[in-house]
Amino acid sequence: MAVLPLVYLVVRSFERGGSVVWDVLARTRTAELALRSLTLAVSVTAACLVLGVLSAWLVARSDLPGRRAFGVLLVLPLAVPSYVAGFTWISVVPDLTGFAGAFVVLTLVSYPYVLLPVAAALRTADPSVEEVARSLGRTRRQVFFAVTVRQIRPAALAGGLLVALYVLSDFGAVSLMRYEAFTLGIYTSYRATFDRTPAAILGLVLVVLAIALTVGERRARGLVAHRGRRQPSAAPLGRARVPALAGTIALVLLTLGVPVVSLAWWLAAGTSTFSVTDVLATTGNTVAVSAFGALLTLLLALPVGILAARHQGRLARGVELAGFAGHALPGITVGLALVFFGIRFAPALYQTVPMLAFAYAVLFLPLAVGAVRTGVAHAPPVLEDVSRSLGHGRWRTGLRVTVPLAAPGVLAGTALVFLTCAKELPATLLLRPTGVDTLATELWTRTEVAAYAAAAPYAAVLLVVAAIPAVALDRFLLQDDSRR
Amino acid sequence: MSGLTVKRLVAGYGGDPVLREVDFEVQEGGLLAVLGPSGCGKTTLLRVLAGFHPASSGEVWLGERQLTADVPPERRGIGIVPQEGALFPHLSVAGNVGFGLRRGERGARVEELLDLVGLSGFGARMPGELSGGQAQRVALARALAPRPGVVLLDEPFSALDAGLREELRADVRATLRSAGATALLVTHDQEEALGMADLVAVLRDGAVAQLARPQTIYSSPADLGVALFVGEAVTFSGIARSGLVRTPLGTLPVSGEGHGTVLLRPEQLILGTDGVPSIVEDVLFHGHDASVLLRLADGTRVRSRVQGGVTGRAGDTVAVSVNGTALFFGDMP
Repeated sequence: MAVLPLVYLVVRSFERGGSVVWDVLARTRTAELALRSLTLAVSVTAACLVLGVLSAWLVARSDLPGRRAFGVLLVLPLAVPSYVAGFTWISVVPDLTGFAGAFVVLTLVSYPYVLLPVAAALRTADPSVEEVARSLGRTRRQVFFAVTVRQIRPAALAGGLLVALYVLSDFGAVSLMRYEAFTLGIYTSYRATFDRTPAAILGLVLVVLAIALTVGERRARGLVAHRGRRQPSAAPLGRARVPALAGTIALVLLTLGVPVVSLAWWLAAGTSTFSVTDVLATTGNTVAVSAFGALLTLLLALPVGILAARHQGRLARGVELAGFAGHALPGITVGLALVFFGIRFAPALYQTVPMLAFAYAVLFLPLAVGAVRTGVAHAPPVLEDVSRSLGHGRWRTGLRVTVPLAAPGVLAGTALVFLTCAKELPATLLLRPTGVDTLATELWTRTEVAAYAAAAPYAAVLLVVAAIPAVALDRFLLQDDSRR
Repeated sequence: MSGLTVKRLVAGYGGDPVLREVDFEVQEGGLLAVLGPSGCGKTTLLRVLAGFHPASSGEVWLGERQLTADVPPERRGIGIVPQEGALFPHLSVAGNVGFGLRRGERGARVEELLDLVGLSGFGARMPGELSGGQAQRVALARALAPRPGVVLLDEPFSALDAGLREELRADVRATLRSAGATALLVTHDQEEALGMADLVAVLRDGAVAQLARPQTIYSSPADLGVALFVGEAVTFSGIARSGLVRTPLGTLPVSGEGHGTVLLRPEQLILGTDGVPSIVEDVLFHGHDASVLLRLADGTRVRSRVQGGVTGRAGDTVAVSVNGTALFFGDMP
C-alpha cells in the first residue's frame, strides 16, 4: 500500500514513452541538478563525519569539562528542521545563500546523525582491545587510528549514510538558500511548467540515488565491533583541554545559539507585524492534520509491527530494510507521487486532509513500525503464557499483560510521528488543502518573500515542537539507565 | 493437587514428530524430573502439557480429568515457572504472586506464599529490584498461588550461579513438599535431576528411555546411552564368557554374555597397593575430591575419582583395583 504511489510514479513517468524519459534525463539541467545535489551531499557528509567523530570522542572518551551536558546539547540540533535553521541563518546573514548557506545549515543540523552512533560505539566498544594495543607498544595516537577508528567505522558509516540521505532529500534548507539542488529542481519544474512528467521522472531519479547510497553503505559497513563489558576510562586532554572546550562551546553556539538569538531578535523587533490569532489558527491546523496523520500511520503500523516483533525471520528483516527505505524516500517524491495518484484515481481526495494524512503515513510508516515493534518486544510471549497458565483467557491476558507493557513504547512512537508530521514541509506544501496552512508552510512562504519578522513566531512554535521529543527522549534514556 | 498421567503422547511441528510415544506418571505430591539433552523434546513436552501446543495424539490426565486439546491453558490448572522467572515487569512482587488469584483472596494468600518461599516483606518491591534467585522464588510462589494441579518448572536454575543454584534447589524442593505440590521439572543437568527428584525420566529422541528412582538410574541404567548421559564413566569393550570379562583392569565379573561394553564409574577405581599397575598422568584437584588421570600398561587412559587420601603426583606409579560390580551392556545385534 505504501509502495503504490511510487509504482504509479513509475507508470506516470513512462506513460509518454521511454524517449521522453530519456530526453529529460539527457538534459544538461538534470545533470546539473544531480551534480549540485551530490556535491552538497558529499561535502556535508564529510564535514559531518569530522565534526561528528570529534565531538563524539570528546563526549564519550575524553575528560572534557561538562561532557554530560554537552552530550545533550550537541544532539539537540538534530531536532531543528532544516528550514527553521535556514530561516534563522538567512534572516541574520542575508548574504549567506547558495551552496555556502545550504552547506553551513545542513552540516549544523545533521552532524548529530554521526555523533550519536559513534558516541554509542565508543561507549560500548571493548576497551581491552585498545589496552592490548597499548601494551604491545603503540602510542595513544597510534592506537586511535589503528584500533579505535576501526571499532567506530560501521557506526560512522551508518551515520554518514543518514546525513547523505538527509541532504539528498532535504527541501527546506536548499529552497530557502536558493541552492538549486534536485529537490528544489523538482519543485520548480512542478510549479513552473504545465507538463509535469519531468517532475515525476526527476522524483524517481532522486529515489534511485538514495537507494544506491543505502546499498553502497550496507556493502561498506563490515563487521560490527566486539562489545565490551567495561566502561573505557576517560582520556586526559592535557593542553588540548582549552581549545577543545572552546570548540565545543562554539559548536553549541552555532547550532543552538544562532537560532534562539535570531528568533528572539525577530520576535522582539516585529511584534506588530503578525497576529496572534493567525499563529494560533495555523497551530490548530497543524495539530489537526498531524494528529490525523499520526493516527492513520499508527493504524497501518500496528499489524506490521506486531507481526515483526513476534515472528523473526524474513518479515523482521524486511521491516528493518523498510526502515532504511523510509529514510531514503524524499518527502518531495512522495508528495509528488500522491499528487499524480490523487488527480488520476481519487480526484475527490486530491488536496484533502485524508490525502495529506496518507502521505504522512507513507513517509513515517517505518518510524511507527519501529516503535510498535520495540513496544511489543517489551511484552515477550512467555509472559502471556504465564498469564494464561494462571487462569486468564486471551483477552484478559492482552488487557492485563500485553497492553500495559507495550503501550508506553507505542504511545511514545505515535507522539514522535505526530511531531514529525508537524514539521514536515515538502509533502505538505504539495498536498495541503487550499487555504489550510501549517506552521511549516507558513514559515516557508514568509521566508521566501523575506518577511522575516512575520515568519519568526512560526519558527518559534516549530522550535518548541521540535524540542519536545529531544527532551522526552533524553528522559526516556535516563530512566532506562537508572533501572539497569 | 493431583497426579499427572501421560499416555502415548505424540507431538511435533509440521510433519516432524518431536515427541514420539511419551509415557509417564507423577504421583500426587511427587516430583518428577525430565532429564535430557537439548533438542530431545523437553520444551515441547512442557508446552503440550500447559496447553500452548497441541498434541497429535495420546492422552494427558490430571487426576481424574482428561486434558484434551480443547482445554485452553487458562482452564487446565497447570502452573508454570519459566526459565529466568519471567515476572511481569509492570507489577510488584505482590501483584505478580496475586496475578492468578481472585481479588478477594489475594491479601492473605500472597502473604502466605511469600512466607513459604522466604520472601515475606518483599511484596512492594518491583521485579527489577530482585536478584536472580529471588525472582525465581517469586515465580514459584506465583505459580503455586492458585493451587494448581501440577507445577511445571522449565530449567528454573539454569541462569543462576553454581552456589546459588545448589541453595535454591534445596529451597524449591522444600517449598514444593510443604505445599504438597505435584511437580514436573525439566532439565539438562543430571546433577539437578538426580539430586532433586523422586523420579527421573530420561528423555531421548522424543521418547522416555528410562523412568526410575535417581539411585536406580545411576546404578542400573537401562542402556549404555543412559549410563553415559547420567554420569562420568570409564568404558572398555570386551567379550563376556561365563559371567567374566577381561579388561585392562583385570578380569571382572559381569552379568551378560557375548560382545559388549563394560562400564565403571570413576569412583569405583581405587588407588592403593593392590591391583593393576599404572602411571599417574595428571591430578585435577576439586577440593572435596580429585580426579586422577591414569595410563594403564596397555596405553589405555582412565579416570579415577578419589576422596581425600592418596592421590599421588604426575609420574608416580600406583596400583588400581575395582570396587563393586561393573555394568555390562551387550552390543546390539
